[in-house]
Amino acid sequence: MAWTDKQRNVIDFTLSSLLRRKGKNAALVLVYTAVGFVLASVMLFTHALKREAGIVLRDAPEIVLQRMVAGRHDLMPSSYAGVVEKITGVSSVKPRLWGYYYDQLFRANYTLLVPDEFRYGEGDIIIGAGVARAGVTSEDNIMPFFGSDGKLVSFRVKEILPAESELVSSDMVMMGEADFRAFFNLPKDRVTDLAVSVANPLEVLTIATKIRQQLPDTRPVIREEIVRTYDAIFDWRSGIMLVILSGALLAFVIFAWDKASGLSAEEKREIGILKATGWETSDVLLMKFWEGMVISFTSFTAGLILAYVHVFFGSASLFEPVMKGWAVLYPEFRIVPFIDFYQIATLFFLTVVPYTTATVIPSWRAATVDPDAVMRT
Amino acid sequence: MILHPAILALVAGSAVTGFMIIVASWFGLQIIRKWDLSSGSEQQLGLEKKTYLISTVMAYAFGFQIISLFLFIHTADSLCSMFTGAMCAAGTLAVNSYGYPVFILKIANFLFAGLWLTLNFTDNRAEDYPLIRKKYFLLLLIMPFVLAETVLQAVYFFSLHADVITSCCGSLFSSEGKGTVQTFLSLPVGPVRALFFALAACVTASGIYLYGTGKGAYLFSALSLLSFFVSALALMLFISLYIYEIPTHHCPFCILKREYHYIGYLMYAALLCGAVAGIGTGMLQPFRTIGSLACVVPSIQKRLALAAVILYLIFTLFSAYKMVFTTFVLE
Repeated sequence: MAWTDKQRNVIDFTLSSLLRRKGKNAALVLVYTAVGFVLASVMLFTHALKREAGIVLRDAPEIVLQRMVAGRHDLMPSSYAGVVEKITGVSSVKPRLWGYYYDQLFRANYTLLVPDEFRYGEGDIIIGAGVARAGVTSEDNIMPFFGSDGKLVSFRVKEILPAESELVSSDMVMMGEADFRAFFNLPKDRVTDLAVSVANPLEVLTIATKIRQQLPDTRPVIREEIVRTYDAIFDWRSGIMLVILSGALLAFVIFAWDKASGLSAEEKREIGILKATGWETSDVLLMKFWEGMVISFTSFTAGLILAYVHVFFGSASLFEPVMKGWAVLYPEFRIVPFIDFYQIATLFFLTVVPYTTATVIPSWRAATVDPDAVMRT
Repeated sequence: MILHPAILALVAGSAVTGFMIIVASWFGLQIIRKWDLSSGSEQQLGLEKKTYLISTVMAYAFGFQIISLFLFIHTADSLCSMFTGAMCAAGTLAVNSYGYPVFILKIANFLFAGLWLTLNFTDNRAEDYPLIRKKYFLLLLIMPFVLAETVLQAVYFFSLHADVITSCCGSLFSSEGKGTVQTFLSLPVGPVRALFFALAACVTASGIYLYGTGKGAYLFSALSLLSFFVSALALMLFISLYIYEIPTHHCPFCILKREYHYIGYLMYAALLCGAVAGIGTGMLQPFRTIGSLACVVPSIQKRLALAAVILYLIFTLFSAYKMVFTTFVLE
């Protein structure tokens, strides 16, 4: 166990030596922690958002079928549902009715939709928590809307959706089919789009192709494509953030290099004395290695913990608008804490590796200094 | 290119490692040309100082190399959702023709790095650096591989475009179709399984013999190398089937996933480190005759042999455990 004893003694010496120069090292740890904190926040936040998006989309239909007219999304004839239903492999087709409404009073966009089963009567609505906040309303209140003919229509709020589903339901207003059609003046034989369920995931692509052949004016949107697009967008956003932050990272590397190469006369004398008392170059290098480890570990962990708190308890308030996108009725939600080895390893490559590389040559210079040369100056 | 944080980390990390290797090789070249231990000139003193720098730089560079192998696989795995048909790292690596070469280079560089560090460790144990030219010559040989990996990895990531249709691991590693991987996977399971366990027994026996008597390093080394390849083949051919409990799933990457309790990390680490230790014994054998290494090499060889035997046994016993204690029956 001579090896572990030696390491322990060297670590012991390194720690006391680091503590002797508190000011200089504290500045380094502070900057290092800040860099780690920002990078970790970006990564933890995007990863969590990707997970949320994935969870939300898990219950989405395999294929959403939209009708295209002149390259634009248009209303779909209800008869299309019958055509799609006959394709082998399709387990169900549900016509959907939904749309957007801009509320001039509260200056916010709502998503209006007709659920599969609406348990209240005509003139009743269910609203999301975000709508309730924006419209300063509560259950059994009246909410005014302007219909497509410009006339005022009032709906009675029967229910406010629970906060747990806020990520998806924040801006939602649910109503019965008759109310919806009357409100938007929608023809009876038209729906917004079709939700197509497919039992076997391997058949989704084939079925999408068949739909395109039989109904050439439609566009099937596959769930996997949506997931992929979300992934790409979130990765791209965090990538852009990292590229912007790479300037800060470079500044940090230069700072670390400068700190490591600018040895004070006192430090030089210390190394000179160590070598004169029998320390070998490899021992001094070992000490420098542990010094780097202690600083990296402290700052890396501190940065990671701060980022964790920032993202999962503070909803990443520092760069929420950049990463999430922006909307008036943005849901208030707390993302589920999630961290894995993969993120830590990525972060390690973005912080510890550049730091170590920047300090290796200065450390070697310090370690190979000749004792007599130092002591004579 | 996909601007993914892990891709940026890998590309940047590889660039740093590549830079470190170039610096180390440049100093190594100076040492190969001008090293003269008997001289007391300033140049020689400078070179002696530089050996410390090279050792440190290489230890760091190879340390990063090891982490980057697993980060690479994990990144490929997490990117698979962007490619139609890709279900794990196998599909993502097949998106363009650079994926698999990078993966193989990463494994090769892992082995090279381990062997170089072993040689360096041995050399530093002697007073007079008897292997100094040899180890820096080896470094110059390794450098092109590391640089090739850096460049190919960057090209691989830069030419990734989301949405390309790729084969999923189920079809890529299934035993139908043509190609190198498929040729190996169509091998009969019985003989390969027998060979796998026979080699494990031979490695263990010759390792214990080497540990006890200090003889048979070349044999042990050759068996270790052979066992490395056979184990990798066995992993894809039948061990994976027992782990996944799916008779057609030969993917070597899915065992790194959470569903299989990350067991792949343990198995790959055991196999790769075992191979480095095992091959290392044979690499050191010729240096037994050098005076200052005469008592250093045998003790290092013994420790390497012991490590290799233990690591290979971890791999073999775990595989055997999976094959015995499962409800899944192959035949």
